[in-house]
Parts: sequence; structure tokens; C-alpha cells
Amino acid sequence: MTATTALYDVPGPRTRRRHRLYGTLSTAVLLGLVAWILYLLFDTGQFTRTKWMPFAYKGIQELLLRGLGNTLKAFAIAAALSLVLGGLLAAGRLSDHRAVRLPAAVVVEFFRAMPVLVMIFFIFVALKVQPLPALVAGLALYNGSVLAEVFRAGVGAVERGQREAAFALGMRKTQVMAHVLVPQAVRAMLPAIISQLVVALKDTSLGYLITYEEFLHAGKLIASNLDYDLPFIPVVMVISPIYIGMCMLLSWCAVRVSRREQRSPKTRAVAVATPGPGALLPGREPPLAPKP
Amino acid sequence: MNVLTDNFSTYARGFLGTVELTVYAGLLALVLGFVMASFRVAPVASLRVFGTVWVTVLRNTPLTLLFFAVVLGLPRFGLVLPFQLFAVLALGCYTSAFICEALRSGINTVPRGQGEAARSLGMTFGQTLNLVVLPQAFRSVIPPVGSTLIALAKNSAIAGAFSVTELLGTYKTLNELGYDIVWTFVWIALGYLIITLAISALFHALERTWGVAR
Repeated sequence: MTATTALYDVPGPRTRRRHRLYGTLSTAVLLGLVAWILYLLFDTGQFTRTKWMPFAYKGIQELLLRGLGNTLKAFAIAAALSLVLGGLLAAGRLSDHRAVRLPAAVVVEFFRAMPVLVMIFFIFVALKVQPLPALVAGLALYNGSVLAEVFRAGVGAVERGQREAAFALGMRKTQVMAHVLVPQAVRAMLPAIISQLVVALKDTSLGYLITYEEFLHAGKLIASNLDYDLPFIPVVMVISPIYIGMCMLLSWCAVRVSRREQRSPKTRAVAVATPGPGALLPGREPPLAPKP
Repeated sequence: MNVLTDNFSTYARGFLGTVELTVYAGLLALVLGFVMASFRVAPVASLRVFGTVWVTVLRNTPLTLLFFAVVLGLPRFGLVLPFQLFAVLALGCYTSAFICEALRSGINTVPRGQGEAARSLGMTFGQTLNLVVLPQAFRSVIPPVGSTLIALAKNSAIAGAFSVTELLGTYKTLNELGYDIVWTFVWIALGYLIITLAISALFHALERTWGVAR
């Protein structure tokens, strides 16, 4: 750690002692905080038998598993659709024809600027679509638009000479794209794509708000059960690690892929950053920070 | 079409609710994000661990789950606050993780020599960070912080579903009054566009005045 930061020197004996003191103090404060939270938990009776009983029942376990399955189902469909839509929109944005490029740009900018939940509600309430298709459509529109920008950045990150050489060989535009640019771009884009899929996975929980019977919805059903003394906190304690664990696993994949990418001798590691979640004024992508 | 003119006060209330939520949660996120970023680069190991855990957990938590835990869970803890405050808490903590990462990568963009020069002048860690590195880091993180705050404004829509008065929530009221749902949503969408574009414009202005030309 010390080697990577210019903020402080390799500490000498006095500084080390001082740091140890700070370390002990801050550890004490943090442990105190944890102890206080634990005290609150015990004090409000979160570990009583009745509150944890529901998780012993088979029916409730099945309910949770079904919820988890529904979450994963929504994620899988949304991910596949976003990738397809992202590809189409990116192809549109990279087109040579103004008539194709302009609408694609408008679509991408609009859906990136809208809150996902507004789209999902619009599809669910105004178009009267079932919860699952509404959720999936909302997620696909948003993530597809963001992925379109990732794809565009990826193709743009391939060295100019590659494209020029391919054209010089007499390839057509489609061939240049399919045989030269995209295969090289995919390597650079992969981490950004996976990071975006984490966003999609996290956002499947929005299904809870339109009564799609996913994981959080199953949790809510159990949590608001009067028979078990409203076990909200136990439910949060059971559900959060699973949700967070799934997302962390996927994030970890992204980090691993990007590390491997940077080590690979085949590419001179052109990092494609995830485009900002917001629609900054068109044409002015923020220079995303280098080095993670 | 006349949904807006008939219900201007409802829309205005929702719009202001979203703006308020964004501003308060944004301030909380900036402060917490700054604290966490300095933890993550601190020489004290336990603070670094705390910062890392904070960021990793919050970045991988679905915001809906966080809202669920905060708005419905915390009251079971004996902690009863107005919904609005819970929403600010959830949104602020969630966004702080992203602000922290933006700041940290901003710190990484400052050339190492700067820190080394500060140290050779005899500055302490705190002085190096606050007088030399952060002022430069701030300038290079304006764009990513801007898009994080735009994401915050958009995420605040979730608060509406947890009974906080904000823009998206207005659809429920108007739906019950029997207005055309499509037009209701058109105006809601425009409201969000105004907010995101305003933040975007603000940050472009900041970038023009303070940004680093590299």
C-alpha cells in the first residue's frame, strides 16, 4: 500500500508508534460502534425465537428460493435484452447515415437521462404490462442505452490504423466492423460490460415496487407477518448478504477480467470506462478517471 | 394536456420534493464520500479497512434493498424519523460510496511528485492531502462527481415508492383523480429532465472555471 501512494513516506519508528496509536483508537471506536448496534439489536429483541422461526419452515424457505429464482430470471432476460439492444443502438450510433445516427443518439440520450423506475412505472401503469415484462423492458431500455455507449467507446478505442488497414485491404464497412474492430473492442469492453450487468442485477430489485414477486418481495411478505412479530430486521439480515454477495461476485468478475486484460500482451490495454450514469450534455463525455 | 395546468401545485410539490431530496442527500454524500476517501488513503490500516468495507458493501447493495432496510427496518430498531430523513440517509450513504471512489481515483490522477514535494517541505499527511493533493484532485473529479449526482437525482425516484413526497409519486395522486396517465408521465419525465440537465449544466460551468486542462 505504501508503495502506491505519494501521500506519506515509509514511516519511521516514531510515526509507526503514532500510527499504532491512531489504529488502536479508531479500532476501538469502530468496535464500540459495532457493539452499540449489537446492543440495540438485542435490546429491541431482534434475536428472539419467534422472529427467527419463519426461516425454519419449508414453505417460507421455498418462498425465498422462488423469489431468488424470479430475481435471477428477470436479470438473465434483462441482461440478454440489454446486450442485444445495446448492440443495435451502438450500430445505429456508429452508422454513416445521419437518418440512422440521429434517432439512435436521441434514444440513447433520452433513456440514459430518465430514472429507470419512471420507465418501469410508465410501462407498468400506463401501458398496463405485466410486472415481469415491465421490469425487464425498463431495465433493458436503460442498460441497453448505457451499453450502447460502452460499445461505441470500445470500437472507438481500437487504434485508428486497424480500421485504415482493413479499409485499405478493400474490406467493406460491415466486414471492417465484424472482423477487425469488434473482436478487438470486446476485450477492452468486457470489464465495463460486466460492471453494467451488476447495475442491472441491482436494479432487478425495483421489481419489488411494481409487485413483481422477486427476492425482496418474498422478504417483505415474511417481514410483515404479524404471527412472527414482524421480523423485519431478521429478514434484512438474511436477504442482504445474499443480494450483496451476488452483486459482489459479479463485480469481482469484472475486476478480475480487467486485471487479466491489463496483463495481456495481446492488447495494449485500452480501458473503456463505464460511461457516467447521467446524461451529460451530448457530445461531452467526461474524461473518466484513469487507474482504478 | 391540461394535467399540468390543473395540478400545478401537486407537480410543484413533487418537483420541489425531488430537488430537496437531491440537495440534502447530495450534501450528505459529498461529506461522507470525502470522509471515506480520506479513510481509504490514510496510513492507518483499520480506517482503510473500514473505508473499503463501506464502499464495497454499499456499491453492491441494491438501492431498493437499502431503502427497505432503512425505511422499514430502522423503525423496528426503535429509531423513528420522518420518511424524508430516512430517504436522505439511504440515498446519501449509497451515493457516498460512488463519490468516495471518484475522489479516490481523482487523488490517483495527481502526479506523485506533488505529494513527494509536499513531504520534502516537511508537510504531514493531513497537510499533504488537504493543501496539495485534494485541491488538485477536486478539479479533476468534477465530471465524475457530476454524473454521480445526476444518478442520485434519478435514484431519488425510489423514495417516492416509499411514501416520500417527490416527483414520481405525483403520478399516484393524479392517477386517482382520473387524469390521462400518459400525459401525467410526460410531465414527470420533463421534470426529471429539467433536474438532470440543470445539474449537468452546473457541473459543466464548474468544469469550465475549475477544471484542469490536461
